[in-house]
Formats: sequence, structure tokens, C-alpha cells
Amino acid sequence: MSARAKDLELICPAGTPAAFRAAINAGAHAVYCGFNDETNARNFPGLNFSREEMAAAIKYAHQHDAKVLIAINTFPRAGAFWRWSKAVDDAARLGADAVILADLGLLDDAARRHPGLRLHVSVQAAAANADAIAFYARVFGARRVVLPRVLTVQEIAAINREIDVETEVFVFGGLCVMAEGRCSLSSYATGKSPNMNGACSPASHVEYRQEGDELVSRLGGFAIHRVSAAEAAPYPTLCKGCFQAGDYKGHVFEDPVSLDAASLIPQLAEAGVTALKIEGRQRSRAYTEAVVRSFRRALDAYAAGRPIAAGELRELTEGQQTTSGAYRKTWR
Amino acid sequence: MTTKRFESTLGPLQFNWSAAAFADFYARIADEAPVDRVVIGESVCSKREPFYADRIPAAIERLERGGKSVVLASLALVTLDRERRAARELFEQTQHEVEIDDLTLMNFVRPETSFSIGPLVNVYNEATLGFLARQGARRFCLPPELPFASVEVLVAAANVNGAAVEVWAYGRIPLAISGRCYHARAHGLSKDSCRFVCEKDLDGLAVRTLEGAEFLAVNGVQTLSHKYGNLIGDLDRLAQAGVKSLRLSPHSGDFVAVTRAFAATASGEISPEDGLALLRQAAPEAEFSNGFLFGDCGAAFFPSA
Amino acid sequence: MVFMSNARIIPRFPAAGAAALRFAPLAPLSLAGARLAKSLGRRHPSLFARLGEQAGKSFLIDPTDLPFVFLLAPQPQAPRLEALRRDDIGSWDARIAGSFAGLLGLVHGAYDGDALFFSRDLIIEGDTEAVLALRNAIDNEEIDLAGEAAALFGPLELLASRPVRRLAAFVGGWSGVALTRAENERSE
Repeated sequence: MSARAKDLELICPAGTPAAFRAAINAGAHAVYCGFNDETNARNFPGLNFSREEMAAAIKYAHQHDAKVLIAINTFPRAGAFWRWSKAVDDAARLGADAVILADLGLLDDAARRHPGLRLHVSVQAAAANADAIAFYARVFGARRVVLPRVLTVQEIAAINREIDVETEVFVFGGLCVMAEGRCSLSSYATGKSPNMNGACSPASHVEYRQEGDELVSRLGGFAIHRVSAAEAAPYPTLCKGCFQAGDYKGHVFEDPVSLDAASLIPQLAEAGVTALKIEGRQRSRAYTEAVVRSFRRALDAYAAGRPIAAGELRELTEGQQTTSGAYRKTWR
Repeated sequence: MTTKRFESTLGPLQFNWSAAAFADFYARIADEAPVDRVVIGESVCSKREPFYADRIPAAIERLERGGKSVVLASLALVTLDRERRAARELFEQTQHEVEIDDLTLMNFVRPETSFSIGPLVNVYNEATLGFLARQGARRFCLPPELPFASVEVLVAAANVNGAAVEVWAYGRIPLAISGRCYHARAHGLSKDSCRFVCEKDLDGLAVRTLEGAEFLAVNGVQTLSHKYGNLIGDLDRLAQAGVKSLRLSPHSGDFVAVTRAFAATASGEISPEDGLALLRQAAPEAEFSNGFLFGDCGAAFFPSA
Repeated sequence: MVFMSNARIIPRFPAAGAAALRFAPLAPLSLAGARLAKSLGRRHPSLFARLGEQAGKSFLIDPTDLPFVFLLAPQPQAPRLEALRRDDIGSWDARIAGSFAGLLGLVHGAYDGDALFFSRDLIIEGDTEAVLALRNAIDNEEIDLAGEAAALFGPLELLASRPVRRLAAFVGGWSGVALTRAENERSE
């Protein structure tokens, strides 16, 4: 095992101050979170942080030697750029350890006005190869890139051999199957753009209805699923929906599964990854606590050379099934 | 009195047509279609390109003879090493302008080269437009999901930066791109062993809901709208906003008729209603939408106001 | 990891208990509910900030293994929680249904709402946005209903809290329902 691999950083989600504290208490090295508006990609009702809550959260994290990464990772609406720019200012003022950005204009703005602020390139920027990453590093001085969930472990290793910046990869949670930040499926069905409004499959356009023995979910009026009482219910996201394409009837894009790459921690470490990320800012503090604790245990086991217990989080996942996703090439 | 209010750009062919169909299509466009610019080359899947690559030089030559300016398309999602090499080579040639459809290509831009930004690059605001313009972008085909209010702001920003704004005016709307091939998946195959099944569907494979509603279309690693984006009824307000150019995205059938319908409507020679009627004739199977322009769901269609 | 191993087996309220409750008068329950809602409003103002405009909605909280339901109207000025017989249910904006243990476990942070939804232990109907806002707002408050009940006694809180907790532990042990908040202490 290389020395670098031992220092894997665990990056954990928090949608509320309670989940934030749960993540820190369960052993997060860093927590990522967002302000309670359209500047972040989990802009769901009842979620996220006011400026005061963010200040308190950062204080709590720093008292416990953990870092705070603030996601300002939607694409500023034309004519309202100031709101995103102000979010970056506030993050810097409140003492965030880094901001996670996706928009070129915002990266440019942040790099020029806050030269001391650490910039991470969001997964929403879909920087999927060494050239794209080199561009963000050279032009904006980005220090870390969150890799899109379309790469194999081998490809991640190849990227890390070519670049100087750190990479962060998702290891658990919801799995986007499209290049992130470049998908307007939800927008096409609902009129709310994930890129601009910060919510994929917004709850305001979701409808669940019991029809006979089946639970039917609709997004913007389009039927996405129809499941019997015995089946697991999925999120109403289009890319996990059941459709008909030619003779094929089923999950045209992806099964309702969640990513769980706990068993790939050694390979990801050897591939030169700096940080492992858990998805789920929209989940409860119970989820945060359980997943963070489990992954922290796995990282500690790996660092100590012990075997990693995998698969213990299946109950928490969509479809109650997990996949290692694109990390294995057969996924494509 | 008629005036030319817009330039028009033929976008890159999104679908996997045979080499012969590819050559025939561009020959007809070159000789008959009233378009100013043609973006040509593979933007969806690098596995398709070898089948028609040898037809591209002749197509370009004929298009230029037909008075069109030619722009080279680039891949929408660059991941493999050979795709990166191809992207680099696009900027090593200097005869033709390049349209960037993945920010990977920004790594190869030289200070003195100007280029275009395609509809798959996230240009949502004036700061991003300004940044790219300072790097050499001269034309922006905006993301199709942008509402009119954003288009107006971006036109103003483009004017300040000496660049032109183009909008997605016709054709199935590209909604998503993935590392996974859905055409292959629907046929029980994977991307690496896809047998090029996407060639069977000239305008994409229909995706319906389990209740039978038309919804999306799969095109290899790309997902498109079922409905064809169509702004022929909205040209007045686009002209007033200062939009310079309309993008028409190729489909099977009589596409020259589509380009003529837009040219005649754009110049005021025929009414938007007559233009729409011509489009219905040219593409009888197509359903249309313009909801994105109104900040509504993309699938909605509002009659011209 | 208590909650993990419990995720599949959420206890149902014992049938004998549910049957006994069928004929119990609801007035005391409604009165307690009204007081609890008022006290929650005073002790957890950020709950309403999180709810935002969704605070104007009405929520039918439906413990499917009990013979009655709760109607929650969390307006910041006058929050209401009312117990109703199933025959008396009027209109509502959103319905959240599940076993009593599942619902209490959600409030107490013992369960994850999405996980209960995936496993079909939680049913959601009506205004999905309102449900999401309520779920997130409650999750953030780290509410302990036994503590809230004790708080109802005001200055006598300290005196009352131990008996209330003892009672909660007793009833919880008997019925398998999480009557107090799940505690997550820092591990290092």
C-alpha cells in the first residue's frame, strides 16, 4: 500500500445542521453542504443552511478538526449572477475550507476575487478526462476535481497519472447515469432545470398514486414507475424509470440501484484518488450517521490492513440494491 | 418587403446514418438548402465516425462550392485517449473553424484561434459567455433549455463581446449524454459490443412511458426529446431580442424543405402559420415543442403569440 | 448500528393495544396534541423557518396500526395537532402513512425516511413537496417526544422528565416503538 493511499479523505453530505453534526460525530473528515437557495444542486424544500446555520456548522467542524466544503454548484441564471457570486463571497467570509463550483463564469469570478479560496470543480462540471481537468487547474487554479460517475477505476488511475490536482470520487449513494450537469431530462418533463434551479425531479412535480395494487409515480405527468406492493419503491428520477423502447420494456437507462463502492476502496486508493465522497444531502441524519460511520470504519480498516466489510448498507439504498456502477467497464 | 433577419446553421447530424445516406444528405444540402453555415462531423459517438470519415472531405468541398461556410463538430463527451487525440487534432488544423461541444477542447485552444460554442456547453449566464468570448469564442449556440429571459440577457452580453447568439430552432433536442449506450442496452448489448444497432433508427429509438405516452428518443449514448424543438412561430420575438442565428438539426425525410420553410418564414416571405404548415408537411411524423423558450416544461407547445 | 439492523423489521403496534384504543375517548389525546403542537412551536422556531410556505399545508399523519389518525396544521402562529377517528377525516394536503413505530422512529431519527419509502414501510400521497419539507424540518430539530411531553409540565419539567422517560422506556420496551430520540455520540 502506498503512503498516499492511507490518507484517504471521507467527504460526507449534510442537508441540515443536525445531519452535519451527525456526520462529524460519525467520523467525517469533511462535510459538504449548501446554502438554502438555488445556488446548490440539492435545492429541496426544508433543506440546507442559512448563513447563520452555516457559520455555526463551520465552527462545529473546525472544533472537531473536520473541513467544510460549500457546494455552489448550479449554473447561475442569466441576469442573477450576483446571487451566486455573493454565495462564494459568503462562503469565503464564513471560513469555508473550499467551495465546490461548476460554472465557468463563477470559477473565473471566484478565482479573480478570492485568490486564497480553495476551488474544487464540481461533478456538475463533468470534467471527465485529463485535458478538461488540466484546463480547470491551469486557468482557475482549481485544486481538486470531483470526477463524474462515468469512469472506470482504470481510467481514474490513468487520469491521476497525468494531472497534478487532487481527485474525489463518489463511493456511495444515488447514481447519475448521465454526464452530470449536462442533463435536461427533468427539465423537459417539469420545466424546472436541475442546472439552474438545483433540483432534479422536483417534489412539486412528483405525484404518487395508488392504482389498484400498484404504486404509480409520475413526474410532470409522465408515468415513471409502476410497482407492486412487493417491490421496492424507487425515486421518481427519469433515468431510473421504466419505459418501453422498441421491443425492450424496463429500465431503459438504469435499474433503480444505488452506488456502493466500499469493496473498491483499495483499488480507488491505488488509483491515486485523494477523497471518497458519499452522496445524499437530501437524506436524513439517520442515513448520514449510518453511512458515514460504516465508511469511516472501512477506511480505518483499509489503513490498518484489515479486510473491509461491504454490503452492510443495502437497506438504505434505492431499490435496496447496489452496484459498483461505471467503476467496472461492463456497466457501459 | 422581405429582409433576411437571421443567419442559419445546420447542426451536426446526430444520428448514425449509412455512409451513402450521409453523403447524399450533405450533397443535397450543399446544392439546395438555404443555410449559411454547416457544422459537420461526429458529435455523439466516436465509434461511428470510421464508417463515414472518408466521405467528409468531399462533403465539405461540395458544401463550400455551394457557398456554405463549414465548421467542424466535436465530440460531446470526451473520455477515451483516442477521443482526446482527435479533439487535439481538431485545433491543429487551421482551415476550418471548430465548434466546441465539450469543455475538454478548451485545453487545446490557442490564443489567436477563434471558435464556436455548441449547444451542449453550459453557457447559462453573462459571466460564462464573457469568459469564453475572452478565450476566443465568436458564436454561441445556447443550451436549448434556456428560457427567453436568459436568451435576452445573453444576447446583450454577446453584443458587448463581439459575439453572435444562435438558438436551437428545429429538431429533436439533445437532453443528456452518458458513458453508457442505451441503444445497445435496449438490445441486450453493451457499448463495447454494440453491433452498431443505432443505425436502425434514423431519427432515434422512441421511448414511451408504460402508459404509452411518447416521451424521449434514444440515440446511442445520447438521449433526445421525443418532440422536435420548433421555434418557427417565435421568430419575431427572437429577432427583436437580437438573436443572430437559427440552428436546424438534421432529420430524415425532406430536410431541404425544412430549411426552406425556415428561410421563407425568417425573411417574412410567408407567415409563421404557413411556415408551420410547411414543416408539418416536411415531417409528418414529428410532434413539435417550444416550451423551454417560455420557461415551461420542454415538451410543451405554445402557438406563436 | 441499531437502525441498520432494524430497517427491515419495524414493529407493529400490538393488536391488543390497538383494540383497546379503539374505544378510548380521543378528547384527551387531542388536548395533549394541541398542547404539544403549541409547545413545539415555542421550543423549535427553526422548524417553521425550514417549513417556509409549506407550513400552511395540512398533513394527515396516519399510523396504520392504530385506530385513529392525526391532522397536523403547522402554521407558525397557531400550530395544531388533532386526533381523529378514521371516519371523521376531512380534507388534507398530504398524507403520510406507516406503522406507528415507523412514524415515531422517523421523528426520533431512528429511521431514514427515504429508506422506509423504498421498503414500502412509508406511504406518501398528495403534496409531495410539503411532505419533503416537513420531513426535513422535523429531522433537523432532533425532537425527543418524551422530552417534549415532559416540557409540557413547564417549571416541573425536571421533576416530570424522569417519570416520563421511565414510562416511555417501559411502553417502548413492551411495544417496540422508539418513544425517545436515537442518540448518536461522537465515536472518537
